Amino acid sequence: MLLNIKNLHVAINGKEILKGLDLSVNKGEVHAIMGPNGTGKSTLAAAITGREGYEITQGEIVYNGEVINNMAPDVRANRGIFLSFQYPVEIPGVSMTNFMRTAINAQREFNGLAPIPAGEFLKKMEKMKKLVDINTKLTKRSVNEGFSGGEKKKNEIFQMAMLEPKLAILDETDSGLDIDALKVVARGVNELRSDENAFVVITHYQRLLDYIVPDFVHVMYDGQIVKSGGKGLALELEDKGYDWIIDQVDE
Amino acid sequence: MNKRENMQKSDTTYKLLEASIVSEFERKQVELTGLCHPAVSRSRMRAFEFLKNSGLPDRKNEKWKNSPFPGQYEEEFLLDIPPVYYDRAMEEIFKCEVPGFWADKYSMLNGWYYSTKENQLITTGEGVVIGSILKAQHQFPELFEKHFGKIVRADQDGFTAANTALFKDGMFVYVPDGVEVKNAVQLIKLINRQEPLMVNSRNLIILGKNSRLTFLHCDDSVNHTPSFINTLTEVFVGENSSFELYKLQNLNDSTSLINNTFIHQEQDSRLKVNILSLNGGKIRNELHANLMGQGADVDINGVYLMDKQQHIDNQVYVNHAVPNCHSNELFKGVLDEEASGIFNGYIYVARDAQQTNAFQRNNNILMTPKATIDTMPYLEIYADDVKCSHGATVGQLDEEALFYMMQRGIGKEDARLLLLFAFLAEVTSKVSIEALRISYEDMIKRRLQGELSICDKCVLHCSVPDKPVEFDIDLSKI
Repeated sequence: MLLNIKNLHVAINGKEILKGLDLSVNKGEVHAIMGPNGTGKSTLAAAITGREGYEITQGEIVYNGEVINNMAPDVRANRGIFLSFQYPVEIPGVSMTNFMRTAINAQREFNGLAPIPAGEFLKKMEKMKKLVDINTKLTKRSVNEGFSGGEKKKNEIFQMAMLEPKLAILDETDSGLDIDALKVVARGVNELRSDENAFVVITHYQRLLDYIVPDFVHVMYDGQIVKSGGKGLALELEDKGYDWIIDQVDE
Repeated sequence: MNKRENMQKSDTTYKLLEASIVSEFERKQVELTGLCHPAVSRSRMRAFEFLKNSGLPDRKNEKWKNSPFPGQYEEEFLLDIPPVYYDRAMEEIFKCEVPGFWADKYSMLNGWYYSTKENQLITTGEGVVIGSILKAQHQFPELFEKHFGKIVRADQDGFTAANTALFKDGMFVYVPDGVEVKNAVQLIKLINRQEPLMVNSRNLIILGKNSRLTFLHCDDSVNHTPSFINTLTEVFVGENSSFELYKLQNLNDSTSLINNTFIHQEQDSRLKVNILSLNGGKIRNELHANLMGQGADVDINGVYLMDKQQHIDNQVYVNHAVPNCHSNELFKGVLDEEASGIFNGYIYVARDAQQTNAFQRNNNILMTPKATIDTMPYLEIYADDVKCSHGATVGQLDEEALFYMMQRGIGKEDARLLLLFAFLAEVTSKVSIEALRISYEDMIKRRLQGELSICDKCVLHCSVPDKPVEFDIDLSKI
């Protein structure tokens, strides 16, 4: 099992957001996490990636057989956990190219490898830029600076492609995307899917799941996963909304 | 623009340093005013009168209200510094090597021009004169009559006055019309004495028409002794000439440095300033750019990195006296621990100075809740057809960006350094000499990596680092 989350409770400033969440993800699987606003979907992403201020008060996150509750975010990243941010951050002054090279070399150093040779790096950049249809002008700019909403999201998938994570969490990667950009993002994810990695796709809408077909769909409500099912569940949600599930839970 | 303090001081209210300055002048008056050029002599007398009456600036003075310098006036400094004799090459005392950057190096030690006797004042084949100001005043009296004390008044303020009244020596550079000086001229100023000194040194740089000069002004420490350095530089930039000034300040934590520069720009002249304040107890840079001829252009940039209880104060005055000039200011700094800073940016646009473009920005990152910066723009605009803007920010390290970088596998310390370095790179990328820019950036990286905190009084050496800092960021590609 790649990721095993058991009875996870997470609080921000003392306020409990996740209230006993369980989730297991195996290699080769795609899990979709859906649910109304404010149910803790992004908090789950933050907890898995180790963001400061998200306090795990109970339970544990086991990744690759190891409890990572207290592991630093960069160490988690170097072990293969990647987050496609809902709101990618602009970093003025740091060019995309150099940011990427620094990140790849950090990962390689972690794995006991020498820094990536320049030629190999550039080749990989070219390949992955094509994959997500990113303009060379963008990679010469500072990270996310002056990127449109769609470009920022494509850039997240580009970084994912470059870093080849084992576990990728896509936090509302579809929000703010038009249908063409959505297809590009989905194509990128589908190209990267393999038996060796897994995806957790957080989304509000069924739309993305037409292109990234999940093996499992989970519905979150009030800090827990309240319903799980196959890809059919997403279609049902699209059709009936969340209320019927919420009603079931409240009963 | 400059309100003078005309308060009268009586002997009994002098602080120790003020009293020492006044008595030093009285004791040495014959020597100080008798053996020099009449222009110097007149300035000295005027400066002394001002000092006697007004002393050094205190915190009631608007321009010094948050400054820690006045807190030092009760400390004891030796003013009567014996002349130094050239007995060994400067490189034996202090080494400065910037790889790939060729500068002609000149030096000052304890306020005295440091060279062999025959090299006190040299004239190159192109007619460029470089050397000691003491010697130059007698050999080039007409240049002194025309330029000395013309850009700054002897009684501008207490420190200008103290400098004018007491300066022992300094550097003189004259570039004749039409001469473009190929190698940069580098002045390395050192203090090397066991007792605390107050050094007043005075530089005069004159560029004729259609000429060019790059000047590096380095203030460095070689030991841990406290000192008070009060340097004043006057620069005259002739018509259609280009002057690049780099200031590099790398002093021990007990040194106080006042490094004031007064510049006069003629028509179509270009001035570029880059100040790197790397380390030092207290540093104050006053820079006055007077745009006196149409089409003049000035670009003033600065980076400061302060920590512990260090203090940095940048005071920039841009005087748009005539129409059609352009000025730009960009200062960025990082203040850590309990460091404090001041940035005051004055832009003055005279009534007839139409079509003025004047821009100013100051951005700061405070690393701790105890670090402080006072940043203040002062714009005085009397023309109605101008474009002026100013902006100042004070912020912390961007936690969002830090997490974003860590999520990509970059360690916290590296992410922090990369963010700070990228923040400052906007300024350093403006250093047009590549070898110098690389050296600047290298020193900034080492400073940010805490190389100075290893021992609390150390200073960075400007020479080639034993192991260069590998930092994978290439700003030329941004």
